[in-house]
Amino acid sequence: MSRGISLGRLFAILMKEFIQMRRDRGTFAVMIGVPVLQLFLFGFAINTDPRYLPTAIHVADDSRYARSIAAALKNSEYFDIVAVARSQAEGDRMLDEGQVSFVVTIPVNFARDLIRGISPELLIQADASDPSAAANALAAISQLATSALKDDLVGPLAIRASPPPFTAIVQRRYNPEGITAYNIVPGLIAVILTMTMVMVTAVAITRERERGTLENLLAMPVHRFEVMLGKIIPYVMVGYIQLSLILLGARFIFHVPMLGSLSLLIATAGLFIAANLALGFTISTIATTQLQAMQTAVFFLMPSILLSGFAFPFRGMPVWAQWVGQAIPATYFLRIVRGILLKGNNWPEIWPNIWPLLIFLAVVGTVALVRYRTTLD
Amino acid sequence: MTALAIDVHGLTKRFGRKVAVDHIDIAVPERQVWGFLGPNGSGKTTTIRMLCGLFKPDAGQGTCLGHDVLKDPGAIKREVGYMTQRFSFWEDLSIRENLEFVARIYAIAKRKEKIDATLESLGLAARQNQLAGELSGGWKQRLALAACTLHAPKLLLLDEPTAGVDPEARREFWEQIHHLSQEGLTVLVSTHYMDEAERCDRIVYINAGHIIARGTVGEVIEQSGLITFLVEGSDVRQFLPELQGKPGVEHVAFFGAALHVSGHDRALLEQTVAPLRNRAGVDVNEQTPSLEDVFIHLQGGKKDAQ
Repeated sequence: MSRGISLGRLFAILMKEFIQMRRDRGTFAVMIGVPVLQLFLFGFAINTDPRYLPTAIHVADDSRYARSIAAALKNSEYFDIVAVARSQAEGDRMLDEGQVSFVVTIPVNFARDLIRGISPELLIQADASDPSAAANALAAISQLATSALKDDLVGPLAIRASPPPFTAIVQRRYNPEGITAYNIVPGLIAVILTMTMVMVTAVAITRERERGTLENLLAMPVHRFEVMLGKIIPYVMVGYIQLSLILLGARFIFHVPMLGSLSLLIATAGLFIAANLALGFTISTIATTQLQAMQTAVFFLMPSILLSGFAFPFRGMPVWAQWVGQAIPATYFLRIVRGILLKGNNWPEIWPNIWPLLIFLAVVGTVALVRYRTTLD
Repeated sequence: MTALAIDVHGLTKRFGRKVAVDHIDIAVPERQVWGFLGPNGSGKTTTIRMLCGLFKPDAGQGTCLGHDVLKDPGAIKREVGYMTQRFSFWEDLSIRENLEFVARIYAIAKRKEKIDATLESLGLAARQNQLAGELSGGWKQRLALAACTLHAPKLLLLDEPTAGVDPEARREFWEQIHHLSQEGLTVLVSTHYMDEAERCDRIVYINAGHIIARGTVGEVIEQSGLITFLVEGSDVRQFLPELQGKPGVEHVAFFGAALHVSGHDRALLEQTVAPLRNRAGVDVNEQTPSLEDVFIHLQGGKKDAQ
């Protein structure tokens, strides 16, 4: 309430929060223990089979055979041709940015070689960072192309119909061995941070209210910024401890590759943590009891796990579910973490997932500040 | 005319359709100790919270320590010490940590020395690292008073500070209050205890959101116009039911070993208590009503009016 923000008062609240955090050993143990437990639980457990995965096709040799293969892919349930790449490089870029899960390339001279019986190569590049999303589709593609060509290879060419007249070359990008943990473990960073960050801050103000200490705090000349920052900063640190724990587990227990820059990951994690803390704080200003705050946090947590692309491949979800997923910070951070760790993404590739987090933080942070009352009204 | 520490007019607070405080005026001169009395739910806490910026008044205006209660609650918060009805310091912080928190919030100079001195004068130096939640009611109250006066406020607002505290601790508490007022502090203290009301320079009595009596203890008794007969003797308690509702008797209360029979019509009262004079071992005398008689009357009178 007092004019301007005082570092001294912010420090006072910070000290108080740290001491209270230290005294509340049970909660602290949960904050550190839960991530470890989840790491093992989910890291070893989850698997799935999605359909209609976005696919880009790069046709370097336009022929009836190429068109038949494209049509067959379109007709199958696994692939959804969303883009036509004009070059191999464009296909690679789409894969890097996560716009598509597959790039199918029909090489130069495909038709000629097919007719000559030289068995041309059909190149299929898959984003295998989510191996469950790619596995079944890859199993289907060779079969699809073969049966598609059967109708074209008639008359004298019928002899070319079997064995398959081409060689399917499959490149599993980012996670060539298709190890599920490579996908789940980085995803856990997003889920665990969401869970603890939202929950602990959700009770931050309601706890003061329930214990009667809020009246005292409000009777003191403290600015709402000081209270908000003072309550959030300690948990930013907890968030980073969790992040370090999971990264260590990812590296040394699950041997998840870490291709990209760790400092970039740490910086973006700060943004994600802040977004979740702001949300928790907002819940805290709306809920009247700690129980209510917890329930609201769980209400938010469920879609963060189920609709963010963590539990199920995002592309496999119905459109409405993808809409819901797009309102959740975890969805974007999940892509950022997987992008940085598995694909070696850098700023340009992750930017499409950064700005939604910035918007979320700005909107929710404003709501928190507006909702936070300096009176008991 | 002395300066006023509190000077508010028409202060009103509504919660939904209920009017908790209805257009009250309070003017407390600096350096005085005022008692704020009234039954539970009468609006004492709400009024105090409006004075220290915790509630925004729905109507009314005025100043606290010269700062506008509507426009500048921040300035008021810096200069007022407010002790809540329920212990509201952090029970999971130690005694010292609570004081340190307060000292940092108010940017108190020489923090360590100040806290050491406070702990010493409280007699809590040896227990400074104990959690505040482990303290007994009396000690919590002493800690709370020390914490809310640490920043040397000019006005103390105390909301039933001695509820649930033993008589010895209450006596010490009031010594402390008078000591502080001699140092220049203005105090507004709400209480249910008559002996505490009698220690105040002035009292204000609030019922159902309205102030219905104010002044010194003597003035409040005088204004009530009440007449009280004291019925003393062994076993006078048995007369209580038979006196209630009799002509002229507005209320009968049993204090110590005596009955206080009160009303406004002396002649009628005299008539009613006259037969008791003939009983063996029973004395009946008119006396000045006690503050409690007046409060019972004020509370009852209001109920009848509703």
